[in-house]
Parts: sequence; C-alpha cells; structure tokens
Amino acid sequence: MSPTAVLKNIDFPDLNQVPLVDEVGVHERAARFQARSIKKSSKIEALRSVLSMIDLTTLEGQDTPGKVRQLCQKALHLHNALPDLPNVAAVCVYPTMVGVAREVLGDSPIKVASVATAFPSGMTPRQVKLEETRIAVAEGADEIDMVISRGAFLQGDHHFVFDEIAEIKTACGKAHLKVILETGELGTLDQVRRASMLAMHAGADFIKTSTGKIKPAATLPVTLVMLHAIRDYYYQVDRMVGMKPAGGISNSKLAIHYLIMLQETLGTSWMTSEWFRFGASSLANDVLMQLQKQASGVYQSADYFSRD
Amino acid sequence: MTMVGPHSRVPVAKTYKIYIDGKFPRTESGRYFPLKDVDDQVVANLCRSSRKDFRNAVVSARKAFPNWSSASAYLRGQILYRIAEMLEGRRDQFISELVLQGLSKRRARKEVEASIDRLIYFAGWSDKYQQVFSAVNPVNSSHFNFSVLEPTGVVSILAPTGSGLLGLISNIAPVIVGGNTSVILASESMPLCSVSFAEVLHASDVPAGVVNILTGFREELTEQFATHMDVNAIIFSDDDGGVAKTIESLAANNIKRVIPRNAIDWSSEKNQNPYLIRDTQETKTTWHPIGN
Amino acid sequence: MTSESSKLAFNDGWQYSPAPESTDHIVIDEQYGLFIDNEFVEPAEGQYFDTINPATEEFLASVALATDADVSRAVKAARKAKNGAWSKMKPADRGKYIYRIARILQERAREFSVIESLDGGKPIRESRDIDIPLSAAHFFYYAGWADKLDYAFPGRTSKPLGVVGQVIPWNFPLLMAAWKIAPALACGNTVVLKPAETTPLTAMKLAEVIRDAELPPGVVNFVTGAGDTGASIVNHPDVDKIAFTGSTEVGRIIQQSIAGTGKRYTLELGGKAANIIFADAAIDQAVEGIVNGIFFNQGHVCCAGSRLLVQESVADEVVSKLKDRMETLIVGDPLDKNTDIGAINSASQLQTIQSYLKIGEEEGAEMHQSSCVLPERGYWCRPTIFTGVSQSNRVVQEEIFGPVLAIQTFRTPEEGLEKANNTPYGLSGGVWTDKGSKIFQITKKVRAGVIWANTFNKFDPTSPFGGYKESGIGSEGGLHGLNAYVELVK
Repeated sequence: MSPTAVLKNIDFPDLNQVPLVDEVGVHERAARFQARSIKKSSKIEALRSVLSMIDLTTLEGQDTPGKVRQLCQKALHLHNALPDLPNVAAVCVYPTMVGVAREVLGDSPIKVASVATAFPSGMTPRQVKLEETRIAVAEGADEIDMVISRGAFLQGDHHFVFDEIAEIKTACGKAHLKVILETGELGTLDQVRRASMLAMHAGADFIKTSTGKIKPAATLPVTLVMLHAIRDYYYQVDRMVGMKPAGGISNSKLAIHYLIMLQETLGTSWMTSEWFRFGASSLANDVLMQLQKQASGVYQSADYFSRD
Repeated sequence: MTMVGPHSRVPVAKTYKIYIDGKFPRTESGRYFPLKDVDDQVVANLCRSSRKDFRNAVVSARKAFPNWSSASAYLRGQILYRIAEMLEGRRDQFISELVLQGLSKRRARKEVEASIDRLIYFAGWSDKYQQVFSAVNPVNSSHFNFSVLEPTGVVSILAPTGSGLLGLISNIAPVIVGGNTSVILASESMPLCSVSFAEVLHASDVPAGVVNILTGFREELTEQFATHMDVNAIIFSDDDGGVAKTIESLAANNIKRVIPRNAIDWSSEKNQNPYLIRDTQETKTTWHPIGN
Repeated sequence: MTSESSKLAFNDGWQYSPAPESTDHIVIDEQYGLFIDNEFVEPAEGQYFDTINPATEEFLASVALATDADVSRAVKAARKAKNGAWSKMKPADRGKYIYRIARILQERAREFSVIESLDGGKPIRESRDIDIPLSAAHFFYYAGWADKLDYAFPGRTSKPLGVVGQVIPWNFPLLMAAWKIAPALACGNTVVLKPAETTPLTAMKLAEVIRDAELPPGVVNFVTGAGDTGASIVNHPDVDKIAFTGSTEVGRIIQQSIAGTGKRYTLELGGKAANIIFADAAIDQAVEGIVNGIFFNQGHVCCAGSRLLVQESVADEVVSKLKDRMETLIVGDPLDKNTDIGAINSASQLQTIQSYLKIGEEEGAEMHQSSCVLPERGYWCRPTIFTGVSQSNRVVQEEIFGPVLAIQTFRTPEEGLEKANNTPYGLSGGVWTDKGSKIFQITKKVRAGVIWANTFNKFDPTSPFGGYKESGIGSEGGLHGLNAYVELVK
C-alpha cells in the first residue's frame, strides 16, 4: 500500500483532464481586473481585508530572534494611531524562528506560519523534509508553507511530487499546509495549472505561488490560473482550498486588484483570511498609509509608519 | 448547307450541346436556336438553355466548390496549363469555328493563339496571386494576424458578346484559377467556341461542375443569373444599356458581388492582370494569440 | 460538473462603490448645425431632432435634420474641395493633415470617450480603452498611406474615386467614422458622412477636430439625420462612391437604389457569427472569449459571436462556467468605470431585443439571464443566454444585435462547421482549440471574413475587416481597405 493510500479523500488526479491555458487570454483577463476602479467606502473595506490577509514575512539568512521579535511586535501593533485595525493573518518565518514567534504572539489570533521542506529549493531528501515539518509544528507552527520538488515535477515525475505533498500533509498533523508551486520555475501556465491540481488532490489546504526568492514571483495572471484550478477542484471534489500569492505585491493598489480578481473568480466565500493570504513584507505599511490617508484625507509619508 | 458532289465525302456535322456537371446534355427544354453565318446560312443549331438548365448548373457548381476551392494552387495551375495544351492541339478546329462565325482567318488564328497564351498566363498566377495580395498585418497586440484571399464561391458569367473564345477564356480563367466554380452564358452571336471549349475542359482534368457552359438568350437568362440565391458573384460584359441596372438591382437579392466588364479589349495584353482574379476573391483575416 | 445553479456566490459581499468618470470638463452645445465647408451651418428647412442619453433618457443636444438641399450643399462643397485644394496638394501633405486629426483625437481622447458613452450608452471602459484609441490609431495608420499608394497596388496606378458618401451606424460612432474617413482621405477623396441619428455627437466633435486641424474646407462634411438623409446621400448623382455600415436590409436597398448608376460601393452588413468551442480548448479563456464575443458593447456588434457552438463533451462545463461569469458582469451606468455592460442604444433597439427574447421562449428555448439589478430609468437588457435551441430557431438565424447568445452543441468538427456555415451571413467566426492543425483547418473552412482563433472581437487599423455572403462587400482596414477608395488605372 502506498503511503498516500491511507489518507482520506486523496486521489491522484488525471492531469490530462486539466484544462489548457492560453497565456494571452489570461493576461487580457487579468488586465480587466486592473481596469476596475475602487473608491471610497469600497476602498476602505478592501484595504482592511488586505491587511487581514497578510502573512507578514521574514525569510532571510540573516534572520535572528531579535528580528523576528520585532516583526511579531509589528504584527501585534500595526499602527497605533489607527484604532480598530484588523490583525494581519500570520507571521511567516523559518523553522528555527517558530519558537520565538510563538512566544511573542502567544494567544493572539495571529498565526505562526513556518516554511519547511528545505525552503526555498526543496533539494533535500524526503526524510529530512518530513522531520523539518514535524519540528516546526512541534515548535508551535499553525501553518506550514512547503515547496514542491520542481525538478521532479518538470521531469514528469508527478507521482513523486504528489506523494511528497501527501506525506508532508500527514506530518503537519493539525497544522494547515500551504503548498508553494514556485511558479516562476514552472515555465508555463499550463504547468502551473497542473501543479495546482496535483497539490490540491494531494491534500493542500492552500496553494501558493512563490517563495519570493525567484522572479517572477506572484503575478495576477499566474494567480488567476491557480484560482481557476481552485474553482475546478471545488466543483469536482467539493472542498475549498485557499490561495496565497507571495512575492512582489508591495502596494495597496495591486493588492486590491488581487481582491477584485478573487471576488470575481471564486466569489465572496473566499474573501477572508481563512481562504486568501498575501505573502508580503512591505505591503502592510502601504496599506496602513492608505488607510491613514482615507481617515485623514492627507497623503502620507513612510517616515510615520514603523518598519520592522 | 452546301451540296456535296458524288465523289466527295459527306461531312459529319457537329452537334453543339451544353456543358453541365461534366456532361454534355441537350437543354432540358428541348429548345434550340439556329446560328447563321454571314450569308444567312444555318451553321448549327444551338441549345436554347432554360432556367432549369441554369439551376442544374448552379447545383453542380456549388457541389464542385468545396473540393475545387481547397485544391492546391499547384494543382489548379497544372489543370489550367493542361487546358492550354489541349487547346493548342485543337487550334485548327477553333480557328475554323471562328471563321464560321465571321472572323477572317488571320484574326481567328490570332484570337486562338491569344486564348492559349491567356490560359498559360493565368495558369502561372495560380500560386502567385496569393503572395501578391495577402498580408501579414502588424497588429498592436500579442497576436499573429494575416489576411489571405479566398474564392467568393459560385460565379455566374455573362460572357463577352464580341469575343467568342478569347473573351470567354479571359473571364473564365481568372475565376477558376482562384478556386471559384462557374456558370457561363456564352456569347449569343458567337457561341460555337464555347461548346468546343467545354470539350477541351472536359479533356483537361477540370473536375465536373467547376465550369458549366450554357448557350442561349441573354434576355431570357440574365434575370436568373442575377437573382439566384446560391450564386455569390456575377460578371457581366458588354452592357448594351440598361442591363447593368437590372443586374445590379437583382443582385441585391443576396448581396451578390457585381463585376461589370465593359468595353474591354481582350486582345490587348495590357488587359490581363491578377486584379481580374482578385475581383472574385474575398479577404479573410485570421487572428491568433502569440503566447506560451 | 453539472450545469445546475452555481456553487459560487458573487453578489453578497464587497460591493464596488460608484466610480463615475467625471463629466465636468465636457462641453456639449445645445444645438448642432450641419458641418459643411468647415463651418456649422443651419439646415435649409431649419429642422432639428434631439439626441438623448439612453442611460437616463435625458436630452443631450439637438441636431440638424439634413434634407436633400443640405446634402446637395455638402456634396457640392466636397466636389469643390476634390477638384481644388485636396487634389492639388502633395500626397505627403494630405497625410500630414490626417496625422493632425489623429493627434488631436489623442489629445482630446477622454472628452470623446465621455461623450461617446453619454450619447450611445456604451461603458466608459470600452469607449476609453477601445473606441477612441482605435479611432485615433486608424487615422494614424491611414495617414501614412497617403504618399505610398503606388506600393499598395503592384503594377497599377491608383486615383481617387471622387466624392464619397458614407453612412455609419450607432454601435461604434466615432470608430466607424474613423474607419470610413481615414482611408477615403488618404486615397485623395473628399467625404460627406452621415452619423447615425441616435449617436451624432462624437461626429460633431470630430467636425471640430477637422476644423481645428485646418483641413481645406469641404474635404470632410457631416450631415445629420435619419434614413431619409442617408437615402439622399446614396441617391445624389454627384456622389461617386457609397460606403455603408449597417443592416443587411438597408444594404440591400442601397445596392438596389444605386444599380446602374456606376457608383462604386462597399457594404459592411449584418452577421450571426458562430463561436466554435472544441473540447480541447483552453476552456476558461474560451468562456472569456464567449463573454467578450456577445456582451462586448451590449452585443451591438455586427461581428458579435452570437451563436455559441460547443462540443458536447464540454458543453455542461462551458455553460456552467459561463453562467458563473455572467454573474460578475456589472450592468449599469455607462459612465461608471466598473460598468461592463452599458445601456441599450435606443428604445427601439431595446424593443427589438425584447421581442427576440419573447420569440426565443415561445420557440421553446431555455432562457437564462444574470441576476443583476437594472437601473430604473434608461434602456437595459440583462446578459442573456438561450440553451436548447437548434438551427431552425429564429434566435439562431436572425441578428438580434443585443446581449443575447444562442447556444448549440455539436459532436464532430464537420458538424460544428456545417452549423457554423449554415447561415446567409459570413462576417466573422471564432474557433477555440489547442490543436494547431485543427485551427488552420477550421479557420479555413468557416466562410467568413474575420476569424478569431482562441480570441474574439479584436480590432486593429492594420487588420482588414469585411464580410462574405450577405455580410457585405469589400474590406475596411489595413492594406486591403485602400481598395475601396481608389480606381485602378493603367
């Protein structure tokens, strides 16, 4: 019996049945979302949604407990001048920093997310990836952001990728699993769509575009293709899967375009942090500046917003 | 008819029939009209084609259209060249027919030779006019966009009245080399060559229905040629006043393309050009995205 | 996947606040005369008619009603310009004047967009992103041809036809004017143009542009009015060529009425295009193409993909996705930047569309409309699809010219093609498949002048556009569009 067969609701998908993608058509559709104009109360509502969906992220080789503590403090105190702000969704760190983050965030509703599985390349044996995942969860991670084995995927060894995701999912236990496709390395949108289907069928709770270490990272077109896959999967299997674009989304306007795309593709049920996240480090401050501008009517300077 | 002396052979006269769907029927109406020479002698009895003959011819032309229009340019060129070869082999017959219809021997010979050359001319265009008239269009988006010519469809032709062979061929060749199929009403006063030319076509691998040739009266058939809903274009020649108005007005029935060709000296090489082919071509533009 | 009601919810959450395009910089005169010899002049009989905003039914301006005498005056002006300044000018200079028009249009683009949407009901996003920039681009493209015509007709020399009478429709008012005027001028003709009676305002603004570009008087003249004014142009003895875009019905009348006059003509007429979706298509982009094909410009598009032919094995999936997508279409105020579908152009067009909705239902088709809320005033139609229809249904055969799609299925490529071509029209067609050889096969066999493969409703000044069969005669746009405005000599 294969290791995945014991998992519930898991079925290797027929990737030949995954619809093809026309790149130009996807770009045209994505451009239509960008032609939307969001003003006034709908803008404030959107900005607050964006804020609530952010995974505040630090994923650097130079990260220290001190840096992670500061980021967590920022998460807890986004901008004291603005009352009643929503929380960001999570703080996202490396496994060695999970304990620190857990300690600072304590019982707050802000989740601790950890990358795992030899992020960002994923080039390490599976046992190591599984062990890394278990450690991160044991340290207090609520969410695990794994990377798929792009080499194996591009080589056509879809079963390898599928099994790996399924095993990591098991190793996650109660923690939510986000599966990073690293779309910038997959080459075509057809591959993105297939990888999305593969990840969801293998048990992903979220699918995520990028590590942030490879360009291009998240784009509207690539995210649209993944949203289409989530929709197809939902119709076929009746399970909602979340979406996380990550990397390169640094301003509010672009983030709002993502929300428009989300709402017009998957509908209103997905419009919460339970089903949509932004992986970003500088987005939060831009959103805060916009919210402050909406509240005060005055354009803002970055000097007045804490940077951690 | 001339009397034949006791020692000469009794000549066998030719029966001039019409050409529909690759066959040589007599008109279904059973009617005929006599063609007389300059001395008012009956040269031949010709079929006085009816509306039904025309209808049958259009059915045949429509049936032939899909294959002929999608035949390769190379093949169409080969077939047109073959027609020229066949005509060359029967020069004398055509010369005598033209003489019978009143041309001098010299003029008749010139007309036959020019007709052969015209076929060669258009045979050569078969795989070139596309290149001259097509385009790749540099659109301002990520699309590959190109325009090519496609044949208009079934073309009805009222052949020139004064040029029994050359005028006929000058109108048929550009139509069929471009992939259209056709129904022709031959010159009323000079119809003999049209029937003999049909025999040439028949021997030249021209598929049945690509060219249908009727003889008869313009006055009787013009309306049919102009109104038929399954005819996509009409070429008419030598407007004698008023007929253009009738044809254009009736052609509006199904938005037929109307191509008047008046007072064209078909014997002049200046009047042979690929724009005659383009007259019965449509422009098709195709778009396709360029992406991964 | 089922075609049952959607599992996704689109209308119960975040709503976009109104985002109206500002109109405070727009100047529309109370009244417009006829534009003849670079001046706005009173119509001979002093009659005017109103043009209204179809989204509010409010008055916008009153416009002169041109009668025979006015048309004659305009033709005379055009003839004088043709025989005078315009013919004597160096072709390169003629081109420069056309470039000027293009540039001024670009400068005044936003103003034109707003007026186009006010007068015609189309969403500002379309007038801003498509109609107006494409119009300017058209002038820009043809301007460059003015001194290069010798290269357009190998082996021949061209000369202008003379005075050209042009009659255009209400669906793309400025764009159709650009399609008509730009090549006519580039080839050295002069113009008398009649805009549609429900959408004359951007033509009046274009008149200002032509005046400000200092074209010689009489080169472009605008006469406003309805069908009678159009007929007056068509029948005027000193007009050398007629260019018409509109219905096949009127095109037929034009062809009949100028029979025997020797006038040249080009006709861009109706359509009932098939959008053919194969099972191996990029389905989600195909759905987008279907939406763009039939709901673009409220479906007031002669080349609209108004018949959907979808391969049976993916029909349920396509229809279900289409219904989801329709829920996200925003119908309403044309000036709102988020509006996807604006107002139906006129009360009478709305009536026509509604009569077809009734016919469709009476013929037993199943009608589905999006659940959007329509404004109370103005002329509106929800995006509509009919399923369970066959070739014999009127909603399949006849041009509705509204946001109404008839959906049929097919099993094999041959069957799809047969249905696609089973129509007197032949303007456009769509093909969706990922297989290259099939694209070439199908695009070749669809008998229509514009084929969009894996895309739909794309336009470009360099790209010829024209119909087969009853969809018209001649091409507009691109190199081929020049044919319509020259006579080949030598």
